[in-house]
Amino acid sequence: MRNLTAIILFCLVLLPAPLLIQSDFWITWLTLALFYAYLGQAWNLLGGYGGQFSFGHALFFGTGAYCTAILQIHFGLNAWGGFVLAAIAAGLVGAGTGWLVFRYGLRGSYFALVTLAFAEVFRILANSFEFTGAGVGLLVPLQPGFAQMQFETKAGFFWLLLALVGACLLFTYWLQNARFGARLMAVRENEDAARALGVDPFDTKLRAITASGAIAGSAGAVYVQLFLYIDPNIAYGPAMSVEALLVPIIGGLGTIFGPVLGAFALHAIAEIGRLAFGDAPGLNLVLYGILLVLMVLFLPNGLFGLGKVSFGLGSLRRLFKGGAHA
Amino acid sequence: MLEVSRLSKRFGGLVATNDVSFTIQEGSISALIGPNGAGKTTIFAQISGFHRPDAGDIRFNGRSLVGLTPEKICLLGIARTFQIVQPFAGLNVRENIAVGAHLRRAGRRAALEHAEAIAHRVGLGPQLDKPAAALTVAGRKRLELAKALATDPKLLLLDEVMAGLNPAEIDEIIPIIRGIRQSGVTILLIEHVMRAVMNLSDHAWVLNNGALIASGTPSQIAANPQVIEAYLGHGAAARMQAQIQEARHA
Amino acid sequence: MLELSILLPAILNGLTTGAIYALIALGLTLIYGVLHIINFAHGSLLMLALYGVFFLHSLFGIDPYLALPIAAAALFAVGYGLQRLIIGHASHGKDENILLVTLGLSVIIENLALYLWRSDTRTIDTPYSFEVVDFGVAFIPVPKVIAFFGALLVAALLWLLMARTDLGRAIRALAKERQGAKLVGINVEHIFAMSFGIGCACLGVAACLLLPSFYVSPQVGHAFVLVAFTVVVLGGMGSFVGALLGGLIIGVTESLGGLFLGESLGQLGIFLIFIIVLLFRPTGLLGQRA
Repeated sequence: MRNLTAIILFCLVLLPAPLLIQSDFWITWLTLALFYAYLGQAWNLLGGYGGQFSFGHALFFGTGAYCTAILQIHFGLNAWGGFVLAAIAAGLVGAGTGWLVFRYGLRGSYFALVTLAFAEVFRILANSFEFTGAGVGLLVPLQPGFAQMQFETKAGFFWLLLALVGACLLFTYWLQNARFGARLMAVRENEDAARALGVDPFDTKLRAITASGAIAGSAGAVYVQLFLYIDPNIAYGPAMSVEALLVPIIGGLGTIFGPVLGAFALHAIAEIGRLAFGDAPGLNLVLYGILLVLMVLFLPNGLFGLGKVSFGLGSLRRLFKGGAHA
Repeated sequence: MLEVSRLSKRFGGLVATNDVSFTIQEGSISALIGPNGAGKTTIFAQISGFHRPDAGDIRFNGRSLVGLTPEKICLLGIARTFQIVQPFAGLNVRENIAVGAHLRRAGRRAALEHAEAIAHRVGLGPQLDKPAAALTVAGRKRLELAKALATDPKLLLLDEVMAGLNPAEIDEIIPIIRGIRQSGVTILLIEHVMRAVMNLSDHAWVLNNGALIASGTPSQIAANPQVIEAYLGHGAAARMQAQIQEARHA
Repeated sequence: MLELSILLPAILNGLTTGAIYALIALGLTLIYGVLHIINFAHGSLLMLALYGVFFLHSLFGIDPYLALPIAAAALFAVGYGLQRLIIGHASHGKDENILLVTLGLSVIIENLALYLWRSDTRTIDTPYSFEVVDFGVAFIPVPKVIAFFGALLVAALLWLLMARTDLGRAIRALAKERQGAKLVGINVEHIFAMSFGIGCACLGVAACLLLPSFYVSPQVGHAFVLVAFTVVVLGGMGSFVGALLGGLIIGVTESLGGLFLGESLGQLGIFLIFIIVLLFRPTGLLGQRA
């Protein structure tokens, strides 16, 4: 219940932001933070709740982005229709990848590497064909207006992403209180033990990667309307994959608010980095890399884990007190 | 209820299960005993679908289990515990048990309520909100039992749920197991704690080097010279007999 | 039909590239075999080594082949330090955490290079850059011939090190039986770091052999990392002979793939091999167990 209240509060607080904040810079900043939160939510579903660390979430993001861009450019499809189809296409790619990878029992580091390899395969393919624009990429025509998911004001995109992030928060909340979520977490913790209790790990992980892929794909569709351009490196390159996993890892894996917290923290730090060192290429990614290393070394439970650390200290203290008695 | 017939399993050159047959009656508590490495856990793994037997059949209420996945077998009503306990470390006790409860309960509330009821039954009531990783050995053994029990099994396979417990803790868990049987669950246990075997089981089978060497009531088993040899080594029964003779002559 | 006069040079070229792949993969497979971790930063460390060799040449005029001991020692030190100070503390009981940390390191190294040296592609000129050796069926550039035999020589030396020295014995003991090695008094942390260092030293050597016939850019490691993983997976994780064999196979595959499908799509073959091997034969050609 507390989580549900927090979700509603979060959305209500952010809702009037475009009306209160006049600066275009800050609205864009918030919009991008929400975008990466959304992408991180997709990763968190599979990686945080399911324990399957993907290094190639760009596979789904890129598929969604290309799907909507191609449908719009070559077939004149409406962007909202493209959004839905992008989610379906990326979900199918997720299901296909998952079917192969989980059927053959790849876990842990192997899973991570294979997802990366799949993303690379798609990057090379996108680089090689005419209808994906090959190395040049695709330019989506500018058609401002709600009907084409290209809003006339910055506020439009902000609200769209707020709605998507809010929907994902609710979805994650449901997940934590549903049989599917319980099974997914059981599989994450111990696959054999889960099987002994009647949980089918293949089926469970397949659903998770399909849903995760669909969400990441829909993020790709939004990205295309936001930037009106996509090329193989943006779509399937490693940057998007790293961002997708970094956001929930920083915020807190397998928590409802982890990706949101992580995205805001990450982009605040990136912004500070830009102010301090200027807008040099690569520097913000250096910062991301340092953050990733520091988080894994010192805060493997993410920012949300800070609460758990204090709990850990408490039990440690009790242990020492108990030891003194013995 | 459960018929195991001519079951065999090899790992490379090692014969883990050698032509094993036995039948378990509904409503009973049976025990599978034998020295370490005798192949008891391998038999559990085959019944519960984690290992596929090389030969032989396992029938549960007439239906063959060979080739079924562990999750399918659990759904049919056979639940197992693991000798090396396998808690979901990141979840608390209630959530751990609820994973099992969800097997036959889709709703979260129903599953959590069932989990709580089970926890109270096995004496984990006060620890419902503890992280599973924070439990003691005895607590973890109980959690293992609770998770399996929460799937509402007809047959429960317990793999050394008393190993590592002190005598007081064993005394606590014996009535719990008896209570589970009284609620209508058939039990097959692997156990080294002979006091518990004698105390609980109606029937016992002795396994050595993958093959059954004796079968009977616990007291019959305890007097069987073959069993004593299996546990204490070749010639042990004869030596014991000789010692008894010597003692008589003296 | 394709003529042999096109096919044979492609195969020979593939073999020379493959030997370098094998050398890079040897480092990776050594690290995996001993520490059971997947070093995702392997490609970035190679890129760093390439820059090192490049600057030794352009700033101090040191020939890449003469820079070999310097590069190997420097990369050894980097590897030893990384393992001892960072990677060794990262796992918290989960392999994925190590993969994440090495991913983080690769992101840092790659983008720091991008920041410091921009994304320009750099090459060096040596007197022998354009010399060729006539093999009858094909002309192969001298640097590639040297790279081929150099890589094989280093592989042989590495094998000797593992088979004949106390250090090699300690490393093998640790790879087989961690607990037992600890009990007989092997300094586990030190040997782990040594293994990581030696694995990285292979990259230093590879960089020296590679640069005269190749280029360096901040993204160059990215091209190598998945190739190296493919070689290791194909050969069997932890297998030395497997890495050699795998390297040569992948080198030839890439060369032939480029010939038939073009430069861009030719790369596809490597990733498909990677995925297929992982799915259907995760133990690789010569691996014991995955």
